Amino acid sequence: MNMIIGLGVVLVVAILYMIFRIGRLMEVAKEKNEDDNSWNNINAFLFLLFMVFGLIGFFYYSYKHYGTYEPPVASEHGVVTDNLFWITMAITVVAFVAIFIVMFWFTYIYRYNKNRRAAFFADNHYLEITWTVIPAVVLALLILKGLRVWGDITGPASKEAVVIEMIGQQFAWTARYPGVKDRELGHHNYKLIDASNEFGLDLTDKNSFDDFKSLTLYLPKGKEVLLKIRAKDVIHSVFLPHFRVKMDAVPGMQTQFKFTPTKTTEEMRTETGNAKFNYEMACTEVCGRGHFSMRFPVIVVEPDEYERWMASQTPWLKQNPDYMKYVPANLKEAAAIKAGLSLEGIQTSNSVSLK
Amino acid sequence: MENHSHEEHGHEHHGNFWTTYIFSEDHKVIAKQFLITGMIWALIGGTLSVIFRLQLGFPNANLSWLKPLLGGWITAEGKIDPEFYLALVTMHGTIMVFFVLTAGLSGTFSNFLIPLQVGARDMASGFMNMLSYWFFFASSCVMFTSLFISTGPAAGGWVIYPPLSALPQAISGSGLGMTLWLVSMALFIISSLLGSINYITTVINLRTVGMSFTKLPLTIWAFFFTAIIGILSFPVLFAAALLLIFDRSFGTSFYLSDIYIGGEALPNEGGSPILFQHLFWFLGHPEVYIVLLPALGITSEIISTNSRKPIFGYKAMVGSMLFIAVLSFVVWAHHMFVTGMNPFLGSIFTLLTLIIAVPSAVKIFNYVTTIWRGNLRFTPAMLFSIGLVSFFLTGGITGLFVGNSAVDIQLHDTYFVVAHFHLVMGAASFFGMVAGVYHWFPKMFGRMMNDKLGYIHFWITFIGIYMVFFPMHYIGIAGFPRRYYTWTNFETFGGFTDLNMVVSISAIVSVGAQFIFLFNFIYSIFRGKLAPANPWQSNTLEWTTPRHPQHGNWPGEIPTVYRWPYDYSKPGAKEDYIPQHIPFSETPESNLPHESELIKLEGIDNTMRVEEKKHH
Repeated sequence: MNMIIGLGVVLVVAILYMIFRIGRLMEVAKEKNEDDNSWNNINAFLFLLFMVFGLIGFFYYSYKHYGTYEPPVASEHGVVTDNLFWITMAITVVAFVAIFIVMFWFTYIYRYNKNRRAAFFADNHYLEITWTVIPAVVLALLILKGLRVWGDITGPASKEAVVIEMIGQQFAWTARYPGVKDRELGHHNYKLIDASNEFGLDLTDKNSFDDFKSLTLYLPKGKEVLLKIRAKDVIHSVFLPHFRVKMDAVPGMQTQFKFTPTKTTEEMRTETGNAKFNYEMACTEVCGRGHFSMRFPVIVVEPDEYERWMASQTPWLKQNPDYMKYVPANLKEAAAIKAGLSLEGIQTSNSVSLK
Repeated sequence: MENHSHEEHGHEHHGNFWTTYIFSEDHKVIAKQFLITGMIWALIGGTLSVIFRLQLGFPNANLSWLKPLLGGWITAEGKIDPEFYLALVTMHGTIMVFFVLTAGLSGTFSNFLIPLQVGARDMASGFMNMLSYWFFFASSCVMFTSLFISTGPAAGGWVIYPPLSALPQAISGSGLGMTLWLVSMALFIISSLLGSINYITTVINLRTVGMSFTKLPLTIWAFFFTAIIGILSFPVLFAAALLLIFDRSFGTSFYLSDIYIGGEALPNEGGSPILFQHLFWFLGHPEVYIVLLPALGITSEIISTNSRKPIFGYKAMVGSMLFIAVLSFVVWAHHMFVTGMNPFLGSIFTLLTLIIAVPSAVKIFNYVTTIWRGNLRFTPAMLFSIGLVSFFLTGGITGLFVGNSAVDIQLHDTYFVVAHFHLVMGAASFFGMVAGVYHWFPKMFGRMMNDKLGYIHFWITFIGIYMVFFPMHYIGIAGFPRRYYTWTNFETFGGFTDLNMVVSISAIVSVGAQFIFLFNFIYSIFRGKLAPANPWQSNTLEWTTPRHPQHGNWPGEIPTVYRWPYDYSKPGAKEDYIPQHIPFSETPESNLPHESELIKLEGIDNTMRVEEKKHH
């Protein structure tokens, strides 16, 4: 089979070569007129065709498929950055189309003509100043708007923000929520990570007792959310396409991103007309073999439902009562209360110092 | 004017086969060595992209027919191994950016054109120039070897961000493959520095009589700035790579901290992966202009020649290149808006990045004004040059999106970025390189390339490349992340299978069309029409050399330069071009008032030269 395909390819190449040779010989035989301008005209005309059909194709596709290429937006700042995106789009499309038309119009009308001579036009300061200043002014406006938006997005989160930790590792995400008792995330240390303690939770910190793990990112609608982001092994990147959120997860340092979801999953299902719609989180920094598979489900609910969900979750310490032995003796009682463990049995076991 | 002392023996070099073709110190031979090596690399890099486009465009296809080529990298089900997919994109990027568009482009045309266009017998140091090629050759051998080792070549992306690139347990390509990558790049950087030092020295010191900086062709200005950028930025990559080697092999923690992988916590603490990114992009961004400026220089020359019209705004063209060269060093962190870098830096780099759009816009306007009221001859080189301007426009304008940090949040690391940089630096620079080959082929090999094949090559490639990269904008706006083996795991990225198929088919056709070029190139070396002395009626000095210039370039004296290189269609002149070595005294009919005054100085120049000769 491969042999036949190989022979076929060789044959086709040989035929093409023969055609080329014959064409060359005919050219030589005809003693082609050097002034023949037909190919030059053909190329000029093709540029014109390219410009016309290229622009038609561009506008047609952009219009016809408008709904498909922009993911619906579901965060407060996302509306603002989308707005900036479309302002930039308007400016660039106008500039692009204008230059495109002018350039390919010129290549057509100024194609070679032996009876004409090109203009000796080497410079013109007014023209040059004009097209230096105009882009500069337009860019200044874009920059000003962009910087204001960027400042708002990266500014400090409010004190009431819901804090959630996202942890990236090869090739999965996990979320850590502060429990409902203290609403604060406990400390962590990568050296404490083991098969069960995947957060590296530091149990000498009292805030860690009621922290819980989730394999879905639950978010309350209309509340500011502050994602604290870290990675265990290599760099990953949190990408929430519908919320216009992206921030790398870097081992050895914490990054963060604040945003406010504006639509619950249910509302989004109605809006998109897709009963199966789900928010998703992806990884956008290459992290190895399974980079493409780091999907993490995201659900946005009304704030009261969010509270109910929070309250129904089991603290990590309760799921892993063995780890009570790492809690310092003076905090054991607090730990048991916060984690919702029964006190008996715990007081008898001696505490073990941290590894 | 040191070079004039070589006149008597300069062209008398007749070595044996080895010194003429292999270990040659002749800049023209070295240029051809760079060109041919670069073309081989381009074929390899293009083939790699076709393989991963097969995966992206036809995710369900059975690729077991690739087994003879890829062996174990094709799984039992006939799929590309996901880790090998990453190796493919990594090597495609590395090869194209460094081996094709840096060495293949700068190495070829800086070497070939600088001595010929400034009027020098050879480079300032022919020996260093030879070393430059052979370091590149060694670097190529190491990188090529890494494609065949059992753990695979480097696979952490061409940006080799640690910790991924530092830890073999994170990805198998970070084992021996990454070591070879680093060794190869170290050799490559040495080659690049040896070349750049030579280019700068030659441009500054070996210009012929009368060739002041203001009379330099724009090609030379472009190569000159490129070499300066290279000399200032490549050592930083070298430092970054060296620290990475230390982290990988000697237990240091420059880039590593708090890592738990493969069931163990590593001892490294206190390092910063962001530090590497700063160092990398301090080269990485200027690298964009190292790749692009030579292409822009080449097209400035070609567009002016084939429009039969002076380049519009010569000073503005030089000025904008200078401005771009300076700014290229202070925009690097726009690659890092969402890496966790301090947001304040994001603001600064947004500002500086968008400023760089101004000189770029000026260049486009100047190109368009150059063809305005020209008399355009669409040689293959001219077609590719216009193609370059069009790519530079299409790809450059999307820089206004990704350069603005707030908009970049959504677009970062999506296919929008892939579309942006492939058009503005990939396709544009590639077109500059191809245009240069078509234009200077007669000088390189003494024969003409076939123009009909050139037209076919151009139209397939031009439309093909637009069909590859334009659709990627939509895919990117939809949020599709890059370096994904497949998007089927996500509902959000479920669409665009049709568009991805279009992209893949176009990529295959575009790469296939390069074989037309390859055939034309090889065939024309041996059987092409004999080239006339000045096939494009061009003004620059290289066309005053014989059809086959020997080592030393001019058999007699090096011509003296009297005028700038863009006296095309000068009012009053008989021909529509006046080469640089024609004195004003011979063209009284077309001289501008201030030029007529220069006639008086021409004699003085000549007496000075005679005086100088006596000294030597």
